[in-house]
Amino acid sequence: MTVSGSNEPLAAIANDLRQLVVATLCHTQAGHPGGSLSAAEIVATLFFSVMRLDPRRPDWEERDRFILSKGHAAPVYYAALARCGYFPEELLQTYDELDSPLQAHPDMQCPGVDMSSGSLGQGLSVGLGMALGLRLKAITARVFVVLGDGELQEGQVWEAAMAAPKFGADNLVAIVDDNRIQLMGDTAAIMPVDPIAEKWRAFNWHVLEVDGHNPEAIRSACAAAEQAKGRPTVILAHTVKGRGVSFMENTHLWHSAQITEDMKQKALAELCGREVRS
Amino acid sequence: MTGMVALRDAYGQALVELGERDERVVAVDADLASSSKMNLFAEAFPDRFFQMGVAEQNMTGVAAGLAAMGFIPFTNSFACFATLRTTDQIRVSIAQPRLPVVIGGAYSGLLAGKTGKSHQAIEDIAVMRALPNMTVVAPGDGVEVRKAVFAVAEYGGPVYLRMTRDPSPVVFDESYDFKIGRAVVVREGSDVTVITTGIMLGRAVEAAGILAAEGISLHLLHAHTVKPLDVAAVVAAAERTGLVVTAEEHNIIGGLGGAVAEVLGEQRPTPMQRVGVADVYSESAPNDDLLQKYGLTAGHIAQAARSLMERRAAHTQP
Repeated sequence: MTVSGSNEPLAAIANDLRQLVVATLCHTQAGHPGGSLSAAEIVATLFFSVMRLDPRRPDWEERDRFILSKGHAAPVYYAALARCGYFPEELLQTYDELDSPLQAHPDMQCPGVDMSSGSLGQGLSVGLGMALGLRLKAITARVFVVLGDGELQEGQVWEAAMAAPKFGADNLVAIVDDNRIQLMGDTAAIMPVDPIAEKWRAFNWHVLEVDGHNPEAIRSACAAAEQAKGRPTVILAHTVKGRGVSFMENTHLWHSAQITEDMKQKALAELCGREVRS
Repeated sequence: MTGMVALRDAYGQALVELGERDERVVAVDADLASSSKMNLFAEAFPDRFFQMGVAEQNMTGVAAGLAAMGFIPFTNSFACFATLRTTDQIRVSIAQPRLPVVIGGAYSGLLAGKTGKSHQAIEDIAVMRALPNMTVVAPGDGVEVRKAVFAVAEYGGPVYLRMTRDPSPVVFDESYDFKIGRAVVVREGSDVTVITTGIMLGRAVEAAGILAAEGISLHLLHAHTVKPLDVAAVVAAAERTGLVVTAEEHNIIGGLGGAVAEVLGEQRPTPMQRVGVADVYSESAPNDDLLQKYGLTAGHIAQAARSLMERRAAHTQP
């Protein structure tokens, strides 16, 4: 099963996740808006259309697994978990506070979080371990790992990229949120990672490229990944950093920055027009 | 003592036995299973052995993922690479989420098969000990390795298991009762306490023999678990003689000596001497030459004990 259950359009869910991200980060006065907003459709599509999940049973063994390897995008992850019903939406207000399960970077103490993360480059290896474990248990579930394009600079990513095809891990799907920008500036200027698709092809992955803000394209790619037997799939999702909030789009300055109350109102007005979350 | 056994041989055999008993046990390797003898497990359980190549960081992450799936993974590399090349992976993907991965470190200390300082591990205990949620176990002989393998698999949290390459004396017999976190009195004595970890155990037993001939009685406490250290046993052993020598095939900074000093400094200040590598990098050479030059023989333990007794005598003279 998936948790969507409703016919609510994924684009609307993604928009709702963005509002929750802005509200959460304004409340805590810290965090990473840019990379959370770029991943909204990826996360919305996975949680509300693709993955087999049961929020009433976070430990359900047959579930698909999700790892946010770019852990700084935790707010959009938590927004999705709340919308799915893993915990009440009000809990988002405790994000990054003492004793909250919603740590600044994902932590397994939070219901629905399959793996702690935060130090870049580690999620794909863990995802491969989970994929091998699922196979050993003869469970047909899949593992989805979301990485950032800047994160591809970590060497461990390529160790994992080398290993997954060796094991024919076709139950492993990597999704690169390719928003082209990292903390200090354009990825191409900080340390070029292009050509990304060719690199993964050279490592013997099944490579798909999509518009990362088109839920239908993401869903189709996840379906195609399921059909590709014998090797893992990477979906290169072309995205815009800060997507959906005009003054946050396409700039490294909103990789990590504080959202003032005025900015929040402006952002929410842009995101939802009619209904503004307080 | 009943002969010599290499910890790695005992380790490989114990892994096979463990694998037969518990199908949750899996192994991940970074191209050193034939060295550590994990290859015995690989041959017995090919479906539960994952060869990750010379990529220790990925190996460590894969182990974390397998642990998150309910398996009990053992990683495998030389002690230096298993703990230091992978420290951040261990920290974030294993220690912070408290996943039950056993980090297997082969060829610890100086005796790394004539490979030199790049392959010797003298910092591993210190670094692993500094990680919250991590347990650090350094068995002292082949019997203890076997018992430790079963214990760490049942433990349910992150463990660093430190092993060695070459044959070392067997001290314990099969009736020995091993428990993580519980130090064992190997020999009762009255003049100086020696606290050991790892294969310094056998050298301390030898030192006790040397000193007995001189009329000096050593009290031997073996701390196979450096973390959590058996605080009560360490304090009791210090109170018994009033003098403490620590012995480890590791840097004298941050390892067993550091751990014991932390405890005694707060709870029972006691004159101490640390036997270990004196905060220097070693070199490649035959085993006996290394142990002699870097101060790790039974003779060095005996000399440390004599020095402490002389210090006490000097202080108590009128």
